[in-house]
Order: sequence, then C-alpha cells, then structure tokens
Amino acid sequence: MASYETFDYDVLIIGAGGAGLRAAIEAATGDLKVGLVCKSLLGKAHTVMAEGGVAAALANVDERDSWRAHFADTMRGGQYLSNARMAELHAKESPDRVRELEAWGALFDRTQDGSILQRNFGGHQYPRLAHVGDRTGLEMIRALQDHGIHQGIEVHMENTITTLLKTGDRVSGAFGYEREKGRFKIFSAKAIVLATGGVGKAYKITSNSWEYTGDGHSLAYHAGAELIDMEFVQFHPTGMVWPPSVRGILVTEGVRGEGGILTNSEGNRFMFDDIPELYVNQTADSTEEGWLYTQGDREARRPPELLTRDHVARCIVREVHEGRGSPHGGVFLDIAWIKEKIPNAQEHIRRKLPSMYHQFKELADIDITEEPMEVGPTTHYIMGGIRVDADTQMTCVPGLFAAGECAAGLHGANRLGGNSLSDLLVFGKRAGEYAAQFAEENGAVPLEDSSVEEIAQHVLKPFDNPEGGENPYQIQSELQDKMQELVGIARSQESLTQALEEVQTLREKAENVHSIGNREYNSGWHTALDLDCLITVSEAIALAALERRASIGAHSRDDFPEKEEQGAGKYNTIVHKTEDNTMAIRREPVPELTEEYEQIIEEMG
Amino acid sequence: MDKATFRIWRGDANEADFVDYETEVSEGMVVLDAVHRIQAEQANDLAVRWNCKAGKCGSCSAEVNGNPKLMCMTRLNDIPLDQPVTVEPMRAFPLIKDLVTDVSWNFKVKEKMKPFTPRPPDAEDGTWRMEQEDIDHVQEFRKCIECFLCQDVCHVLREHHLHDEFIGPRFFVYAASLEMHPIDTENRLEELKDLDGIGYCNITKCCTNVCPEHITITDNAIIPLKERVVDQFYDPIKKLFRVFGG
Repeated sequence: MASYETFDYDVLIIGAGGAGLRAAIEAATGDLKVGLVCKSLLGKAHTVMAEGGVAAALANVDERDSWRAHFADTMRGGQYLSNARMAELHAKESPDRVRELEAWGALFDRTQDGSILQRNFGGHQYPRLAHVGDRTGLEMIRALQDHGIHQGIEVHMENTITTLLKTGDRVSGAFGYEREKGRFKIFSAKAIVLATGGVGKAYKITSNSWEYTGDGHSLAYHAGAELIDMEFVQFHPTGMVWPPSVRGILVTEGVRGEGGILTNSEGNRFMFDDIPELYVNQTADSTEEGWLYTQGDREARRPPELLTRDHVARCIVREVHEGRGSPHGGVFLDIAWIKEKIPNAQEHIRRKLPSMYHQFKELADIDITEEPMEVGPTTHYIMGGIRVDADTQMTCVPGLFAAGECAAGLHGANRLGGNSLSDLLVFGKRAGEYAAQFAEENGAVPLEDSSVEEIAQHVLKPFDNPEGGENPYQIQSELQDKMQELVGIARSQESLTQALEEVQTLREKAENVHSIGNREYNSGWHTALDLDCLITVSEAIALAALERRASIGAHSRDDFPEKEEQGAGKYNTIVHKTEDNTMAIRREPVPELTEEYEQIIEEMG
Repeated sequence: MDKATFRIWRGDANEADFVDYETEVSEGMVVLDAVHRIQAEQANDLAVRWNCKAGKCGSCSAEVNGNPKLMCMTRLNDIPLDQPVTVEPMRAFPLIKDLVTDVSWNFKVKEKMKPFTPRPPDAEDGTWRMEQEDIDHVQEFRKCIECFLCQDVCHVLREHHLHDEFIGPRFFVYAASLEMHPIDTENRLEELKDLDGIGYCNITKCCTNVCPEHITITDNAIIPLKERVVDQFYDPIKKLFRVFGG
C-alpha cells in the first residue's frame, strides 16, 4: 500500500503562472481554503518570460482605442474562430485587471502625464500594450506573487499532479507527488482550476521550458473534458537561431514595435511582398509610413513586420526555403538601423529593449545596437486547449475549471501578442471567482480511494521496469523531432498520418521507460512521468491538424492551401476521450456572430 | 566535436561528492547545456533546477568554478576547458540533492515583510499618476529575478549563518523597492533595523558583483536604506525633536 499525505481544500489551483496566481487570489477573497500547486518554485512560471506587454484598451496613448476596437482586433487576428463572448469579456475587463495590478505594486512604464504607457504590437490597431521595458511578464508575476502570498493561500511548490480524481461525474481531487522526496500527495477539493500553461515541450525548437508538457490539457482530457482547436499552435516568428544551444529562445515582438525591420540575405524587406487581404487597408504601403507608425504617428498605418504572428512566421519560412535566409537558417531582424532616424539610437535601444540587448550580447556575442539579429520561428503558444464556458471557465466536467494558456476559446486560429497576459488576468480571475462559487454551492464529495493504489503503481512503474529499458530523455527528444518535422509550420495529410503512427510507437516505447536512482528529486523519473501528458497532447495536435483540411491562422496544410474547406463553413475541432480509451475527434460549427458583434467588427474596420 | 570534463556535485544532505563527467561541447554552449547533456546521456537522475534558459527566471543558480552564476548565462567560451569545470550547488543553502538546494527560507522571509500599501488613488478611475523619473530607480530593483545568488555570496548568511537575524541582500532590494515606491505609504525602517539586521551588512558589495541583472544592490538599495534608518533612529537632532515633540 502506497503511503501519502492528504490535504483538503475548497478550491485547488494547479499551476502558478499568471492565470493560476490570479485565480488563487480571487478564490481566496472569501473564507475559502485555497491550495496552489506548481511544478517549479513560485515566480518561475513561464509568465516570467513574457516580454512585450499586456493588451488592454486603456486608451492612455491614443484615446481612439476602446474595448470595441480591442474586440474587433482579437476576432480578426483569430480569423473569426474565437469565441466571441470570451473576446468581448476579455476586451471589456482587461483594463481593470491591469489597473488592479498597479494597486498591488506593479510599476508599468509611464506616459508624459504619468499614466500607464502603451506600445504598438502586431495586429493591434492602437498602441495598447502596457509594459515595463521588455520584462513585462516578470513585473506581472512578481506583483501577483507578492500580493498573493498575503492572501492565506497554501502553496505547494515543486509538486506535480499526475491524475485528477473524480467521484461520479464531479471532479473531487488530485493525485500528485512532491519533487524533493518523491512522496505522494492527495488533494481533495470541491473545485479545481487548471492553469498549467502550454505544450511547447512537444517540439524541438521552442521558447518553452521543461514544465510545458501539456499537463492541464492531458489531465482534463483524461477526466472527460473536451479539447478544442488543438491544431492551432503558435510559432512565434522571431526566436533566436544561433548559436545552436539557444535556438528557440524568444526575441520579443517589441523589437518590431520599436521600429525593427525584417530583411533577407538580399537586403530586401520581404514583408512588403505579401500582405494578406484582411489587412491591406491597415498596412503601410511605404517604409517611411511604417517607421512613422512605430514612432506614434496616428495617421500612419502599421509596417508589415507587425502583421499577425502566423503570417510573419510563414513569410520567414518562405524566405529561408527559397534560399534567401541568413547564414544560420533564419532571416535578419534589424533594430540598429534606427540610428539613421533618431539621435542616441544606441541608448534608446538599450533603454527600450534592455533584456534583448543583454540576451544577444551574452548568449550570441551580438550587439543589437550595432548589427542585425538572426531570427526564425519558434514554438511559443497553443491557441487550442481545454474547452470552457466563456463566462465561468468551467469545463463540461462539473467542478473542473481552466484558465490561461491551457484553456481555449479567446484566440481562435491565431493569438495577438499581448493578448495572453490579458487573457490570464481576465480569465484567471473569472475561473477563481466561479470555482469559489461552485465550491460554496456544492459540498464536498468523498474521494473514492479505490483508484489511488492503481495510480500510485503507475507512477512508480518507471522504477519497476527492467534495467536497460528506454531512456526518458531519449523518448522525449524523439517525440520533439517528429513533432517538429511532421506537425510544424507546414503540414500535410501524409506528414500528419505519419505523425500519429510515430506518436503511437513512442507511446508503446514509453511503457518501458526505466528510471535509475531513487525517488528523491529525480529529474529522469519526472521526465518519464511528463511523457504521458506530452504524448497525449501530441496526439491531439496531430489528430486535429489532420481533421482541419484548410490553411487558416497558425495551421497550414500544404495539401489544402485554401482558407476554408469547401462547403464546411467555420468550425471548431473537438477532441475527447471515448469509452474504450481512444481519442476521437469531431467538428462543431462556430456559432454565427450576433448582429451586435458583426456591427462592432464592421465599425472598427 | 570537442570534449570537456564537468566535475559536478552529486549526492544529498547525508553524503555528497564531486563526480567527473566527460561530454561533448560545441559552439555557443552554456554550462546548463552541458549539464543537460550529461543528465540526458549519463546521469538521468541528476537534479538541477532550470526554466527559461535566458536569464529571466533565476532558477539555475549554482557555483561554477567557485563563482556564483546562472548556469544558463555562463558560456563555455568564457571558461578554461582544459581542466575540469566544477559545478556545485549554492553553498549558503541546505542541499536537497546534487545542484538543487532548499531555498524555502527566502520565501518565508518575504512573507514576513510588510506588504505594499498604496495611498488612495489619484484619479477617479482608481489609478495613480507617477512620473517616469520617479519610478526609474524602483524599476531597477524590480528587475530582480530572485535567483538568490546575492544571498549565496553574502558573508552574513554564507559564513555566519545569521538567517534568523538577517534577511540578506535580496530582501533589502525588495524593501527598497517598497520603501521608495512613489505610492507606498508603509514604513519598514524599524523592522529593517531590529528584525532584518541591516546593520550586519558591511558593504563589501559581493552581492552587487554577482547580480546577473546588474542591480546596484549595495549603492542604490542597501546604503540608502541604512541612511534612512540612521536618519530615523540615530540622528541626534531628530531624536531631540522626537523627545520634545512627544
């Protein structure tokens, strides 16, 4: 019989990035007992990596901005596959969520009149991103963390949840282990919020850390929740490409927001060569107009470098593919050129983009105030995820909620930069609020102990498997190679069918994974256990990508270049687990936009 | 591909020692890459913390050839590879396993400090007005990524183990970020003097020298806080005023 510690909470939050922390703070406003579990130390989650800013129509810099403009931008960016109600709530509530951070100690950069400064970003019509240089995520997570630690929340750092527990239809708890000693913990809870972030570790070239193995997606799927639009994986156009060890590390879109330009080996600003129809009216038709836009000229339109991420990433791939790439297989991103335009350009760049300056200086020996960077696409974010109710963030499993990157709906086929930090604040708060409400309205349900022993055995299996079994790091690496190659930016029926076969083979191999050593802080064992989630989400991504026979937003099919499948209309793909434990997929039409929404979109042109 | 030897601290609180691993190294690699390669190929159970791999999260703190560093920002180009590279955990904190230490004390220290307490909002919409030049210095403190390398290198903690009487450079920076925050109304000087042990700091600037975020911890945070403490509690004229002013 496995031994374990038990903890009782009204609300349990899994994940302590921006969404998890915000949910925990909200759930703890009443008298409820709130627990927070995270895989790393507090304050280290991926929110800390967000650079450019948080999108909110504060209208501090341009009074023409409004929630309606933000709503329309989000819908257009998502190719109208977003959940419109979520886009509305997000646009309406993000200004308050940003202001509230200031009341908790966050210090955003200021305008001349002392309010929160906002910057331009891809796909946003007006300067909308509240920011702190290029370390906005750090500012946000620290403000949430420093406020959160005084709200009576019990934090379990360096703990991993492996399984959600259900009693009847309802979620009733979670099973996990703490990393330090490898001891098991059982959490009972009246409501659970998943806020586990993304799936970036499924790919070789990624801006994501070891944590992002799709835990929340996988936990929800196995508990009976649905995953939607999993094919939409955002490849951020600008990751570092050289040296090899830093490949994939993010280069903020803020570089382009501050006037940085993309060029190919021929010195051509290739982004001017291909401007999508949806954005022709909003895009500059000269380099000068583009420059003026970045400098705050309200009459100018945005340069094509600030088109949506899916499009910019595809253009970069095209340049490299057609032989016009940089020496190490990317393209050039040049901010140094602004010295032709403004005095003290070097100092300006170092002040506006301090961490980019240091990142390139220290990791690549490049002085970005003097020479261009080499950049290429990197796996960054998943738009798809756990299907939730727009208002409450509850899944179809009673008592199970999700928020932030692991939830889906807001971003449709492509996310605008800056909309994830606002997403996690708006829907983190909502998830915490409604989870608390659910906990208050529904009493505790007893845990069914019968499954625990089985779960414990499964978790310990890597130690029991015979020596000479599979190396978990090797399997993870093979999976990343296959996903990168077969389910990357360019996909086809052939590549996706093969990907599903490869995932199946790796699933079988993972059964025989062997962990050496003991249960104490054993990274190999942890990696072995994370494989379960990584394989589940990889299958979901490939399956959904195979189902969508069109190229839209972040999803590109070489064999179906058209935006919509003939006669299919707009639809969401929905993955769920069947009774015989296999993964099934179906489509559901995207609900028609209401007249009001249509009108806003038309108005905001 | 060239090879190099990494001499890594292995073991737990009961028993630990250096173990040598030889691994391949290539252009642009950082120490964390080498540790990861060793972990993947030779020592699956090697314990190491990391996250962002870009110097932004402060997880992979360690001592490389005796110097407190973020492993993700320490390039092999800058280290002699003709002799073994030693990689050890931070020595000011109890060892959990291999390169991972128990840093929970830091989280407890922060919890005990008086939280941010803003003045009432300046505007009706609940917002405040602050000049950029008034927040520049606080934003410097808020760059802190909580890697705790400053704590690791501070003599008061590392050699004298005064963890119960001294909060360390990280939390002086935190205190400074609150004390100098333009809209904070709380006063933390008494705690800084009596509970947090700011007097123990003898300004050797070891913390400033190791800060990967280049925060001028001693000059900009600790010394101004010391001055404020002196002003409030030891300035004879002010003291006189307090006595007579009741």
